[in-house]
Amino acid sequence: MTNAETMESTTTNTPQHDVVIECDIRELYYGNFKAVRDTYVPIHKGAITAFIGPSGCGKSTVLRCLNRMNDLVRGFRFEGRVNFLGRDIYDPAIDPVAIRRHIGMVFQQPNPFSMSIFNNVAFGLKLNRFKGNKEERVEMALRGAALWDEVKDKLHKSGLSLSGGQQQRLCIARAIATEPEVLLMDEPCSALDPIATRKVEELMLELKEKYTIAIVTHNLQQAQRVADKTGFLYVDTTEGSRTGYLVEFGDSDRLFEAPQEKYTQDYIRGEFS
Amino acid sequence: MSANIHPSAPSTPTPDTRHLEKSLRNKQSLFSFAMSAVVGMLTILALVPLFSVVLMLFYRGGKSLSFALFYELPPGPMQEGGGFGNAILGTVVMVGIAAAIAVPMGVLAALFLAETAPDSRLAKTVRFCGKVLTGFPSILAGVFAYGAVVLLTGGFSAVAGGVALSILMLPTVMLTAEEALRMVPLKMKEAAIGMGATDFQCVWMVLLPTSLPGILTGVMLAVARAAGETAPLLFTALFSNYWISAGGNVELMQPTASLAVLIYNFSGVPFQNQVELAWAAALVLVLLVLTVNLIGQAISRRRID
Repeated sequence: MTNAETMESTTTNTPQHDVVIECDIRELYYGNFKAVRDTYVPIHKGAITAFIGPSGCGKSTVLRCLNRMNDLVRGFRFEGRVNFLGRDIYDPAIDPVAIRRHIGMVFQQPNPFSMSIFNNVAFGLKLNRFKGNKEERVEMALRGAALWDEVKDKLHKSGLSLSGGQQQRLCIARAIATEPEVLLMDEPCSALDPIATRKVEELMLELKEKYTIAIVTHNLQQAQRVADKTGFLYVDTTEGSRTGYLVEFGDSDRLFEAPQEKYTQDYIRGEFS
Repeated sequence: MSANIHPSAPSTPTPDTRHLEKSLRNKQSLFSFAMSAVVGMLTILALVPLFSVVLMLFYRGGKSLSFALFYELPPGPMQEGGGFGNAILGTVVMVGIAAAIAVPMGVLAALFLAETAPDSRLAKTVRFCGKVLTGFPSILAGVFAYGAVVLLTGGFSAVAGGVALSILMLPTVMLTAEEALRMVPLKMKEAAIGMGATDFQCVWMVLLPTSLPGILTGVMLAVARAAGETAPLLFTALFSNYWISAGGNVELMQPTASLAVLIYNFSGVPFQNQVELAWAAALVLVLLVLTVNLIGQAISRRRID
């Protein structure tokens, strides 16, 4: 199977210790609905990994597996494993809360809390009973999210008073304030205008220096602009339902310029021609 | 002749547009007009009791309103002057006790209904019981508290009154709090969980603060209702002509005065002064309830902003 070959080639290109999260989904169900099957994706340290594919192909579902956000969905059932730092996070001995503190998440819709900008960013610090200098950490996180200059004079104002793009950068600041190892971003720009999108993209490239990032996007150009590695998921309708699976995974340059799978070729060509 | 566009001249080529004009001669529009008038009149009719009561209270109670009312004790049958300071304090204390019982219980129950197990059979049962309890006859709440507290502790008391009132407050607090908790957008909850918040942290740091205005609105409505109740207090707190506190100690296990029971007691007596005090007390009670209601509405309006 070519799927396995691509997987092989990527694992040989990069040493194993570079992989922070090793995601191997054999079967994933919501109730009786098989949402995803046969998806193996390694998330490499210090790189941006993008998931692309048509709507309903399960790319968000895959991303939400990586920090056990799917646990919130009723009827969620998972077969396979997701290794983080070598441990299977679906091991019953693992605390999903602890996992989420190490693997942060930025959502599709900006979702600041209805509290002040400062308290939004300090939220994770409070969760962790952070003892150090909160002001310093909040400033660092806001600078890291390229938002500091815009909000430094109104830190006590509600996070909901900001514009959509600012809210999303606030959510990024909130996520990086606790310095997680990995940042998951679920279509972080789909609710933003092009200018705000560009800002968030630039931010991702900066954040890459410090954090490992996995992003879901339905914008192919965005994946091409920011991602080092890209995985293409597609929907399999042969079994009667719509089950997503990984078609191809590899370096973004290679995947976009010389896709090996027919589905990938069709999808990418369809978008550009 | 052709310049004559008067409608009475049918020979002119100008089209007859009279059927487009408003006219009550049309049966359908006459009916519609009549129904609108009926609706308007019934609306005004529905407001008559409220405004006549408030006007009457201002007319009869307003003239005897004075500062002394707020700090003096109720007078005896033939005495002049006096006030109902002890009844105001008693009402506040008993509503306070009721809130201290009903608010934590109601909010915790609401958390169960909205978060812990929203679709469980237990939640459905509790929700149904809550709705039934909102229409619970208040005198039965008094009977319950009489059996559960008065008989057990051996006397009428503020605590028994508070328990009776808390039964009336509980369903309102619980159901409005559940509604308020459900109004918190899922994405905010997801944000908290995604940050690695435990269930408790999510509830304590995000859900409760975000839904606080809605919860407070429900509490205010419940407080307003409880403050005006008479029947449950007749069996439980009874009445007292003295202050609830004696020498600095607040006596919660003694019969306690309340505005509602004072109105009930004084309105039926033949003594002019007491009857006038009952009017004044009624006015104070209505203003108290109105204030609490207005605060509740102001809080809920802020929630929308």
